[in-house]
This record gives sequence, structure tokens and C-alpha cells, in this order.
Amino acid sequence: MKKLTRFFLTTGEISEFAGRYFREAWFPPYEIQELLKQCFLIGNKSFALVSITGLIMGIVLTLQTRPTLIEFGAVSMMPSMVGIAIVREIGPVLTALICAGKIGSGIGAELASMKVTEQIDAMEVSGANPFKYLVITRVTATTIMIPILVVLSDIISLSGSALVEYLKGGVSFELYFSKVFEYLQFGDLLPSVIKSFFFGFAIGIIGCYKGYTSTRGTEGVGRTANEAVVIASMLVFILDFIAVLVSDIFYEL
Amino acid sequence: MSYDMQHSIDYKTAPVIDIEGLYKAFGSNRVLQGFNLKLWAGENLAVMGKSGSGKSVLIKCIIGLVRIDQGKLLVLDQAVDQLNLRELDRLRSQIGFQFQGSALYDSMTVRENLEFPLKRHPLKQVTEKELELLVTEALEAVGLLNAINMMPSELSGGMKKRIALARTLIMQPKIILYDEPTSGLDPVTAKEISLLINEVQNRFHTASIIITHDLACARISSNRMIILHNGINYAEATYTQLGTMKDGVIQAFFV
Ligand SMILES: Nc1ncnc2c1ncn2[C@@H]1O[C@H](COP(=O)(O)OP(=O)(O)OP(=O)(O)O)[C@@H](O)[C@H]1O
Ligand SMILES: [Mg+2]
Repeated sequence: MKKLTRFFLTTGEISEFAGRYFREAWFPPYEIQELLKQCFLIGNKSFALVSITGLIMGIVLTLQTRPTLIEFGAVSMMPSMVGIAIVREIGPVLTALICAGKIGSGIGAELASMKVTEQIDAMEVSGANPFKYLVITRVTATTIMIPILVVLSDIISLSGSALVEYLKGGVSFELYFSKVFEYLQFGDLLPSVIKSFFFGFAIGIIGCYKGYTSTRGTEGVGRTANEAVVIASMLVFILDFIAVLVSDIFYEL
Repeated sequence: MSYDMQHSIDYKTAPVIDIEGLYKAFGSNRVLQGFNLKLWAGENLAVMGKSGSGKSVLIKCIIGLVRIDQGKLLVLDQAVDQLNLRELDRLRSQIGFQFQGSALYDSMTVRENLEFPLKRHPLKQVTEKELELLVTEALEAVGLLNAINMMPSELSGGMKKRIALARTLIMQPKIILYDEPTSGLDPVTAKEISLLINEVQNRFHTASIIITHDLACARISSNRMIILHNGINYAEATYTQLGTMKDGVIQAFFV
């Protein structure tokens, strides 16, 4: 019972925190320089990780489904099948989970340590707005960068899959990609990009909320980072579930 | 020797900080229980008290970081607990606050640390040129101009405290609140900082509250002292007067 109350309390606080983001983000001063720096850091930190996992996912998925498709005589369906699986589901969720681990924990730990060493208080008493400088820039940066990383991951995954098809079935890259786009429609791409924005926002807001409200001293920094990852990952799955439900409704129309 | 000779303390006009019957508790932990304090223009006031007695809480109340429960708290004639955010920002721009742990921004160089408040303050507009001048001036005042491009992680504890002071001075505050400016420093560096606090008082005519455990610091830098004990201002006098009092609580600080 206590846990349930805590859950709802925290959910309320996070919503309040997100609400503050939307209330304050529109008004100057805009911390453009810090925003660009954060975007660069996010890209720089996760580019390699996202690329490698994306590539492996594409290769593995293709290798695993090949025998089955051959059995059914449907190996020519490979590009469209892998394409849809990656673009609709695997790319966004995989990238978001990796970023929740890498970026979400980083933001949580950074803000938590700034909180315990009173740097956030110092910003506040100097008349600067720490929420603007720290939270709005970071949340905006993750919201912009995660969709970009998702698209990147999609492209690399599909290239990995195309590579397998080329080596095993002699399918050229041109043919592979033309087949992918034959089946992949705007209706697949749009929902996946939209949900990536939500993933990015969720990762940023959870990392910032956890760090900004951390109170437990230095030893709490690690725990804050950990909790940020757990909650953000959970939220990615929940948002994904909601996204699928919503786009399902649109398909029926 | 009397420090009152070096500068003028204004006891006639209203005090710059006026606290009466201040109460603050965290849950069942009653920290301040009817605390009184008056800080006069141009005065350096040292506040001494045991660890955990509520010294940091006291000055955090003054700057509006901690909400008070009850009592009168006037800073530059404004009731801190009744200000809206904008008014609070305006008031804060006239107060310098030096945190116990310096609280320098790790991810920024010394220069960026100093520029940060000035560039962002809604009420103070400065050009690039003025900014450069102010940064150099503030660093010169604390004798660390050569550290301008260093990162906080490259600075020693004493240097950090000086940079933190420079970051405060750059806003040209009327009041400075120091939270243990000499803690964790060797006696020689501690003395340098104490003298620096004096110099700031004389040069910029600021009024200051100096929270400290350090007797030498209190002796050098303060005109008057308050002993904070059990949540109240237990004793109030000059360093020399306190030193001669027979009270056990007071004598405990003078060993
Ligand atoms: N934000 C807070 N929440 C709950 N309790 C607090 C908070 N800040 C301070 N306290 C409590 O208030 C009391 C006074 O703390 P404070 O930091 O003012 O002590 P201090 O006199 O500055 O000690 P020190 O010399 O060790 O810095 C302590 O018991 C502390 O636990
Ligand atoms: Mg303290």
C-alpha cells in the first residue's frame, strides 16, 4: 500500500516536473549554446554504441529468419519483413533503451552531483535559472537527438541485413533497398519517428527529474543514475505499448 | 586593536539584515528557535556555533533557499518570505553567497564560472568588454588572475574558495554571506582568506555575515560575534569581550 502511494506520488511529481518544462521552455533566455553542446554530447556519446547494436541486430535478425523464409519459399520477402520489423519496432525501442542506459544515467548522475555539491543552489542564488540552464536544455536535446539516432540505427540495421542477403543470397544493395521501400510506407515511418520523440523526452525528463530532486548526498548519486535508467527503460516500453495501440486504431480507420 | 578604525560601520540607519524571533524546524528537528540578529551597514559579523547548530540553515533562510517557519526576516528592508520570484531575484542580485563547499560549476572554466551569473542576470546587462573587465577585476581582487582558464578540478581547496569569492564579488553585492570560508584550509591559507575578507569589507564597503568554526578567522575578520547555541543567539559581543566571559558554552569555543 505504501509502495502504491509512493508510485502515484512520484508519478504526480514527474508530471509536475514535465509541466514546468512546458511552462518555461517557451520564454527567454534561451540557452542555445548549452543546448547545442548537449546535443553534440548525446550524439558523440551514443553514436558508436547505437551503430554497433543496430548493425548486429540487422545481421542477426536476417540470419535467424533466413532458414524459415527459405522453407516457405518466401526469402524474397526478407527486405520487406526485416525493414518493417526494424523501422517500426526494433530500431526505436533498441535505440531508446541504449540511450536510457547511456544518456539517462549520465544526466541523472551529473545533476545529482551538482545538487549535492550545491551547484544548483549556487545558480539559483546568483539569479540565474538553473531549471532553464540544466533541465530545459537537456530534455530538449534528448527529444531532438533520440529520433535522429533512431533513423541512424534503422539505416545501419538495414545495411547489415542487406549485407547478409548480399553474401548469402547474392542480392544487390540496390535491389534490397528498393524492396524495402516498396513495402515500407509513410504510415510505418511516421508513427515510429513520433514515438521516438516521446522516448527522447521521457529519457531526458526522467534523468533530469531524478538528478534535480536527488537529496541523498554523494552516495545517492550512483543510486540516482541507476533509478533513472530503470524508470526510463520502463517508460520506453509503456510508451511503445501506447504507441502501438494508438497506431492500431489509425490503421483500422 | 580595534577594527572599527579601518572603516565606518553605520549604526544609525536601519540594519541591512534584521532578524527577530526566527523559527525553523525540519520535521521534529527544531533548528532555529527564536533567533535574533541585526547586521549593520559596513559591518562584519561572525556567527559561531557547533556543527549542526543551524548556521548554514540561518544564511540559507536569509538568501531564500530555505523557507522560514515563523519570525521577522528583513533583508535590505524587504521581508524575504513574502517576495515573489522576481523580487527575490532582484534582492539576491545584491547579496553574495559563498557556499561551504565553494560550489564552483565543475563543467566550466574559472572564467565561465565568473561570467555565468553576470551573463544571465535579468537585471544586469553588460557588454562583452565590460564583462572582460569585471572578470579580470574580480580575479585580481582575490589574487588569482593566472587561474582564469583553469577548470575547478585543477584548483586547490584554498583557490576554490578564492574563486568562489571572486564569483560573488563580480555581482558587486551589498551584503556577503560566507559559509565557513576557512574550513579545510591550513592555518596560513586560512589567515590569507581571513585577511581577504577584511580587504573586501574595506574596499567594497560590504556588510558580511561570516559563519565560522575558526577562532583566528573570527578574530581577524569580524567586528562583532554571535554565538549560535540551541537555536538562539546565545551571546553577542566583540571577540575580545567574548574571550573574557566566564560562561562554559562560550569558553568551549575559545580553547
Ligand atoms: N534541507 C534539510 N532538510 C532536513 N534537515 C536539514 C536540512 N538542512 C539542514 N538540516 C538539518 O538542520 C540542522 C542544522 O544544519 P546546518 O547545515 O545548518 O548545520 P551547520 O551549523 O551549518 O553545521 P556545520 O558546521 O557542520 O556546517 C542539522 O541537524 C541538519 O540535519
Ligand atoms: Mg554548515
